[in-house]
Amino acid sequence: MKLHFDVPGDDLSLAGKASSELKKALGRLGIDPVTIKRTAVAMYEAEINMVIHAHGGSADAEIGPAGIDIRLQDSGPGIPDLDMAMQEGYSTAPEAARELGFGAGMGLPNMKRNADDLRIESTVGVGTTVTIRITLPGSTTKAP
Amino acid sequence: MTVRDVAKLLEAEVLSGEDKLDIEVKHGGAADMMSDILALCGPNQLVLTGYIHPQVIRTALVTELLGLVFVRCKNIPPETIKMARQHNILMLQTRLFMFSSCGILYAAGLRGVDER
Repeated sequence: MKLHFDVPGDDLSLAGKASSELKKALGRLGIDPVTIKRTAVAMYEAEINMVIHAHGGSADAEIGPAGIDIRLQDSGPGIPDLDMAMQEGYSTAPEAARELGFGAGMGLPNMKRNADDLRIESTVGVGTTVTIRITLPGSTTKAP
Repeated sequence: MTVRDVAKLLEAEVLSGEDKLDIEVKHGGAADMMSDILALCGPNQLVLTGYIHPQVIRTALVTELLGLVFVRCKNIPPETIKMARQHNILMLQTRLFMFSSCGILYAAGLRGVDER
């Protein structure tokens, strides 16, 4: 099953909607609750990042027998120092995001903690692509 | 303790999720940053927060919290309450501050998510 979501960047109140919709879809497919929660948290953080840093973008999810693959793409400013960004507590979130309760510097670490495989490709001035893989329990398929 | 006990101890008003009053609360947490809730809290936990934007309800849904206690009796936006009711998320509101609320619940036996 493939799902596509447009993530608008101009309405912060919609941030998280795509993750909520994916969560519902996984529930309907009978995926186990722990996997659903891991998927939802990882994608929610990625979606929030996309909204607060990159003016939105798009998200594609593919649900297969071995796992869930999510790809989030934006044309935002990119991440200049990925190693710094992966550290807990490091944040470059703007004031508007802090007013929304984000900017704790936990976004990328939260994604890493919940994903079985997390890949971030980012070019300053071009954009960022985040790929999240969640392996379904019982599956032995490794991430590509 | 049950949600009803929590509401009584904190003299809290129930704004949403009235059907959850008899549910046993096993663990609690407190956070104002959404990523902290996402990182530290999980299913069936009660989280105390001072953060009132509707985004907190979406965070509660993603994290599958039992519910939220809003401290310091702020003017919670109607959209936050509406969203909580739409998704049947338990929502309590107390006039007590965060520190006192946490202390009262801890003294009454509720333990943190890190003490599981």
